[in-house]
This record gives sequence, C-alpha cells and structure tokens, in this order.
Amino acid sequence: MAADESSVATASFSMEAKKEAMVTTNILEMRNITKTFPGVKALQDVSIEVKRGHIHAICGENGAGKSTLMKVLSGVYPHGTYDGEILFEDKPVEFRNINDSEASGVVIIHQELALSPYLSIAENIFLGNEQQSSGWIDWNKTNLEAAKLLARVGLKDNPITKVMDIGVGKQQLVEIAKALSKEVKLLILDEPTAALNDEDSAHLLDLMKHLREQGITSIIISHKLNEIKAVADEVTIIRDGKKIETLDMHSDVISEERIIKGMVGRDLESRFPDHTPHIGEEMLRVEDWTVHHPLDHAREVVKQANIYVRAGEIVGIAGLMGAGRTELAMSVFGHSYGYNISGKVYKQGVEIKTNTVSAAIGHGLAYATEDRKHYGLNLIEDIKRNVSAAALEKLARAGWVDGNKEIVVAEGYRKDMNIKAPSVDALTGKLSGGNQQKVVLSKWMYSNPDVLILDEPTRGIDVGAKYEIYGIINRLADEGKGVIVISSELPELLGICDRIYTLAEGRITADVSRADASAEHLMQYMTQERKDQE
Amino acid sequence: MSDIRVKEVSTGGGIRSAFNYLAGQLRQIGLFIALIVIIIFFEIATPGITLKPINVSNLIVQNSYILILAIGMVMVIIAGHIDLSVGSVVAFTGAMAGVMITQWHLPWFVAIVLCLILGAVVGMWQGFWIAYFKIPAFIVTLAGMLTFRGLTQIALQNEQISPFPDEFRALGSGFLPDLGGGQSFLEPLTVILGVLAVLLLVVQAIRGRAARKKYNVEDEPFAWYITKLAFTTVLILLVTYLLASYRGTPIVLVVLGLLVVVYSAVMNRSVFGRHIYAIGGNLNAAALSGVKTQRVTFLLFVNMGVIASLAGLVFTAQLNLANPKAGDGFELDAIAAVFIGGAAVTGGIGTVTGAIIGGLIIGILNNGMSILGVGSEYQQLIKGLVLLAAVAFDVYNKRRSGGH
Repeated sequence: MAADESSVATASFSMEAKKEAMVTTNILEMRNITKTFPGVKALQDVSIEVKRGHIHAICGENGAGKSTLMKVLSGVYPHGTYDGEILFEDKPVEFRNINDSEASGVVIIHQELALSPYLSIAENIFLGNEQQSSGWIDWNKTNLEAAKLLARVGLKDNPITKVMDIGVGKQQLVEIAKALSKEVKLLILDEPTAALNDEDSAHLLDLMKHLREQGITSIIISHKLNEIKAVADEVTIIRDGKKIETLDMHSDVISEERIIKGMVGRDLESRFPDHTPHIGEEMLRVEDWTVHHPLDHAREVVKQANIYVRAGEIVGIAGLMGAGRTELAMSVFGHSYGYNISGKVYKQGVEIKTNTVSAAIGHGLAYATEDRKHYGLNLIEDIKRNVSAAALEKLARAGWVDGNKEIVVAEGYRKDMNIKAPSVDALTGKLSGGNQQKVVLSKWMYSNPDVLILDEPTRGIDVGAKYEIYGIINRLADEGKGVIVISSELPELLGICDRIYTLAEGRITADVSRADASAEHLMQYMTQERKDQE
Repeated sequence: MSDIRVKEVSTGGGIRSAFNYLAGQLRQIGLFIALIVIIIFFEIATPGITLKPINVSNLIVQNSYILILAIGMVMVIIAGHIDLSVGSVVAFTGAMAGVMITQWHLPWFVAIVLCLILGAVVGMWQGFWIAYFKIPAFIVTLAGMLTFRGLTQIALQNEQISPFPDEFRALGSGFLPDLGGGQSFLEPLTVILGVLAVLLLVVQAIRGRAARKKYNVEDEPFAWYITKLAFTTVLILLVTYLLASYRGTPIVLVVLGLLVVVYSAVMNRSVFGRHIYAIGGNLNAAALSGVKTQRVTFLLFVNMGVIASLAGLVFTAQLNLANPKAGDGFELDAIAAVFIGGAAVTGGIGTVTGAIIGGLIIGILNNGMSILGVGSEYQQLIKGLVLLAAVAFDVYNKRRSGGH
C-alpha cells in the first residue's frame, strides 16, 4: 500500500498495457460534459482528464461550474440529466446516484461536512456501511477498524469520541477516514480548508500528499491558490461553465497570478485596490475586555483585551482558529457571545453600554458575521428584506414600513454594490457567496454605522468578488468610519489594513502598523502564547 | 455554492415576463383555483345547495372561529413555533364568559372585555415560558392544552352553562340590522358595505400602483393587475349578493373582515410583522440584526391568546352554550388551515390570506360533504388527504424550482 507514486503508476500501467494496446494513465476522463438548468447553461462542453495518482485541482470563480461538474461526476446529477460521457478507469460509467459512484471508488467530501454530531467518530465512519456480524453491529470491529483508519489520516483521537467534541479540522480528517473506509480510488474534496486554520490546513495538505503516495488520486476544489500551488500536479481552470485550460504545475513555473488570470479572464494587476488612508480621531475603544465561555464559565475566552479604531482606519485582527477573534467581536456587539463579560467600551471618548444588539446598533456599531448562512442572512427571504433587516425603523413611520421606499433603497444597493441578481425580489439563498456577502454589507451600510466589524468578509468568495469587497471596505473607511477586519488570511490583512492586532489564546499579543508587519512576524505573535506556555 | 446566472428581466410588459411573474405566484394562484374548483364541484354535486344564500351565510358563520384561530396560528407558525393549546383556550374563555355572565351577573360587554384580557394573560403565561425560559412552544402549549382544559372543567364544575343574553349571542350568530325592514329584495346595508368594500379595494389598488410608479419600482404586469382586481371585485359582489338576499351581513363576518385586513397589514407592512418573518426565517440572523427576538415571541403568544379568546367568545355565543368539551380539536383544524394555506413547517413562510383560504377549503369540504351525506369517517379521511396533498404540492414545487 505504501508504494510510492511512480511505482504505483508504472505497475498499473504495465498491467493494463498487457490487456489493451490503447491505454492511458488517466483514471478519469470527462468528455464534453454539458449540463443545463432551466434557462442556464451551467457547464458547456467541459472535458477534463485526471491522471492516476495525481492531485488535480479545479479552480474557478464562484458560480463558474466547479461544484456542478463534481456533482455530475459523483452522480448527484444522475446519468441522463447531462450530455457527454464519463470514463472511469477507462470504462464508461453511468452513475445514477452517490451510491453508484462510491461503489466504483469515487468519493466526494462536500464543503459542508456531513457528519452526525451526536454519534462517535467510529459510528460516523461506518455510517451506512456498518460493520456487522450476522446482522448485528460488531462494535469491537467497528472501533478497531476505525482506529486503523484514523491512524492513516494521522488522527490520534479515540474512535468512541463524539464528533461534536472534536474541532472542524479533525472532523475534516474523519470525513477522509470515512472515504478511505470505502476503498476510495478517487477522492474529491470541495473547499476542504475553507473552515480550517493554517495548522489544520497544512496537516490536511500533507495528508493529501501522503494519500497520493499510497496511490489515491484526488481532485481538490479550492480558492486558496497557495495551497493549490503546494499540492497540485495539474490545475484545470473553469470560467462561466467552460473549461479554459489545464496547467501542468510541474513543467511550467505557474504563479498564483497566472492562475488568477485564467480564472477571471483578465490580469489583476493587484489583488488589493490602492488606498491612501485618512485617519482621524478615535472612534471606538474597548478596554480590559474579558469574556468567559458560555458553557464552561471558568474559562476565559478573551482576556483583558484592549483595542481601538480611529475614523477612516482599517484595523485587522489576526489570530488562529480558537484564538477568540469572533468571540471578542460578538461579545462587544450586544453581548451576543459569552458569559460574565467585563470591560469598558468607549465611543468617541464617551463610555457606552453595548449589552444588547439593538443598543450596539443604536451606538453606531455593526457586525457582519463570519457565517453568512447561519447568522447573517434570512436565506428564504429576498434581497430587499435582508437589506432592511437591521434598520427597518428607518423605513417605518409609527411602526408601519414603507415597502416602496424599501425597494428603492435595496435597488440602490443592488446597483451600487454590483449585486448580481435579476431584482431585489431574488431570494438570498440562491445567490453566490460573493453576492450574499454584498447583501450582508448592504444591510450594515444601510444602518449607517460609525464602526463596522467585518468577520471573515471574504470567506468562500472568489477572487473577483474579493477585490470588490476590498474596494467597499476602503470606501467605508474613506467615509470616516472605523473598520475592523477579522481574517484568517494574513495576505488579506496585510493587503488592506492600516494596523493589525494579533490575538493568541484570547490575549492581544501585538499591535503592528502596516509598515512593520509581515506574515512571518504576525505568525510569531499569533502563536506566542502557546510557545510561552510550553 | 449555488450556480446562479444573472438573467436580465426584460422591461416592458412582454408575455414572457408576465408568464415568469405568474409562475412566481403559482402557489397563491393554485390555492385560489383549488378553492374555486372545490366550490364548483360541490355546487354541481349537491346540486345547487352549496351556493344558496342560506348555506353561504351558514358557511361563514360556522367556520368563523376556525378562521379567526387560523389568523393567530399562521403568525405563530411563521415565527417557527406552534400552538396546541388554542382549542382549550377557546373552551376556557367560553367557560369564563358563562361564569361571568350567568353567575357573577356581569354585563355582557364587560364579560367580553374581561375574557379578552384573560386571553392576553393566558398568552403571557405561555409566552413567558417560550420566549424567556426557552422551552419549545410544542411542549409549553401541549401543557397548556391540558391545563386550560382542566381549568375549564374546574370553572364549569363539569356542567354546561346556558343560555346567554341575546346581545352576547349576536356576536356569534347575529346579523347587522336590516335597513330594508325585511321587505326589500336585497338587504340595503349589506349592499352598501359590499360596494364600499369594492370601492376601497379599487382605490387602494390604484394608489398602490401609483406609488410604485412614483418610486419607479417594477410592478406586476398590467394585465394581471386588472385581472386580479376584476376577479376580486366580482367575488366580493357575488358574496354580497348572496348575503343580501338572505338575512344580510353576519356580525362575525365584520369581525373576521376587520381581523383579516388589520393582520394582513401587520404581517406585510408593520415592523412587528416583519420581525416575525425574520425570526422564523433565521433566528440567529434576526437577533444579530437587532431584532428583540424574545420580546417579539412573547408578544406573538399574547396576541395568539387574545385571538383564541375571541374565537372562544364567538363559538360560545354561536352555540349559546359554555361546554367543558368545547373547542376540542380546534387547534388541529387551525393548524391544518395554515399549512394548506402554504405556510412552511420550518417557519418564515406563510400569509394571513393563505391561512384564510386554507380554512375556507376545509370549511367547504366539511359543509359540502355533510350536505352530500358523507359519513364523518370519510370526511376525516378526505380532509387528511387534502392536507397531505397540499403540502406535497408545496414540497414538489419547491424542489422543481431548483431548491435543494
């Protein structure tokens, strides 16, 4: 099993060569795939070839058709609902559903993890594939086999641990262990590191390389170009439902800029718009802010944090997952998180109370969440009602809402923010990530705050839309607002912020100006506390 | 990540855009068509009895309390909750009205006001546990279903109370005074009210369209706007004609009409109503947008309590009887009406008019099958299948339109 890549490739090559004269090293070929939805061509004549034992990346903007292509491959869209053919291990396949594709060794791991939180790791791994003896579940075998699979993905946790008790990073590994239990030949990972911190991401990427050595082919969909550069053997770029090109990551020296160019169809001279800050007086200051965990009351999640932001200033907060970034922001914004919160908040030098969300909004604060779908938007409601949600009273007289004015306001933001939707009556649940984020930002801009806290404003958003979001952030700062940006992506913070705080284990460990900051430098401070403790 | 493509909507009233608009309204139109098909079916099958003036009048009067309950229930369900206690609250307020009037000898109007306040207190009790103590509404109102039934039996000492004064009974079974003195072919006051309602509707529609034009907001296709207006006008005039040729306007119809107008406005246009939709659609997002979710939930149940007590008064007045077993199963009829009317089990979706049409569909099924002499066992069976079919249609529709 632990044979290296080349020997696996040659072994299978020579074996098959005897059988057939025409042989390829491709494990998968998708030929001329066209998939149409009513009124929309999601995929148009897309052909890709994935080489056995390689890591093949698929890149493209949101809505380009990457996920659709993978759904066609895995049988989510059954054979017959698309045109074109799929060859898996040189044989034409017609998957009617996920079970079909999994039986052939094609396993897809979706962006949103599909684990049951109340079941154990072992139960999750063998869910639908229970280890039985004469019709009864054999728990010893279940846990033993699970432990073996966990070892393969480098997870040391006990298989009887409940999934809810392990972090997102480990959950991702459990998903991969589950895939391995199904004798996977082709593993498809849809945005596997989107929710992971840098450490967990690095571990996952190492695991992918390790699986490659074991002969497992992977397809990875990712927005993070540095990761693609680190692991992929080839990159296929899709734009507007069409395949643009496949780049060999070994033969050419492919830069991130080269990939971006393919994705957006133009050169992005810079990934961050130019911006000259005009910094004014102090807007918001948080002093001695301490927050306890809502369930584990003894644990301090944020410890005596002091931060401030000035008018026109963009301040970043960098920290690893679990450092307390979101907890800090949400506790300040209406005590939306935490227990026994202490500390003081000053707005333009005057102490204010932000104990409830409406009080915080009343004092000119806004918080755009990192989790749009669960905390930011009402997905079954349209754009206009989401835009007005935080400032409905601005549209109302004596408790009655002016629906026409609401449409005008929302329409203004749709044009201004370049939200791609037929009208403001479109449901937000049907928009792409970038457009959803623009709706969230519109909502907070309409509440006309003085300080905006943007938590992961570009998570899950494609490069082109990111650029637009950065432009909006700059504009907000130029209007004299104080902007706080929380982000897991250091290049992003370095690209847009005037000043960056680092947070480690709930403590502010540094306050660095843009000029002095570098990724290495910030990473040191972000991991400082842990090193001190060790 | 959904693959959405920008589709430019053509300006101008092309047939295509009109069609797209109608497709978007499919659910509302479908519900309405279903109601009309059912009416026509029974009109032919009975034959001719369903739309007789006396039957239409009875239909409205006999279903009024379920329709009133459905208005409160749809709001609760939009917010993502449920209320199982309304049947018992109907019985409880009816019982208390009986006790107040016949044992305490309070004037009937004082009893009505006190009963509505009692409904509000019931709502506060349940709202407190749901909104502030965070116990699921299913549990709290299941408990309420038992407690208020118990309180009803205690209040009535398991006896029935009857009769009630005529003024009180008018709330359930009375009619507005006949201006023609019973001599005219059509009762004049009903005709006046019907015409007034049509005029108000037309003026409102024209003003709304003018306002949208002023704001330069894209409007529904003109042909559809006219069709809808003409259709509603004909419908109102038809009901007016039928009622005017019998005994005139039932008082409870006036009450119901006011409730529908006021609560439709509340749900569409008031901040309170919009917060209810926001909470049902995504509770966390609503809370983080500054919606006072606990207060809204609390008020929602207070409102439900008042509406349930009003339904209880109407029901008691209609039967001229306070009965410990009153209102049994009303909660299920009201909930069924709401779901037939297109509300989502998960919250966030539903309308007051939908719930009313849903209630009417159930009412007409009951009425028509009773006229036809269908046994109650088959009535139950058919109503069950109608509820299932309505929701199945919804689910199918959602899936077809590219949901998940």
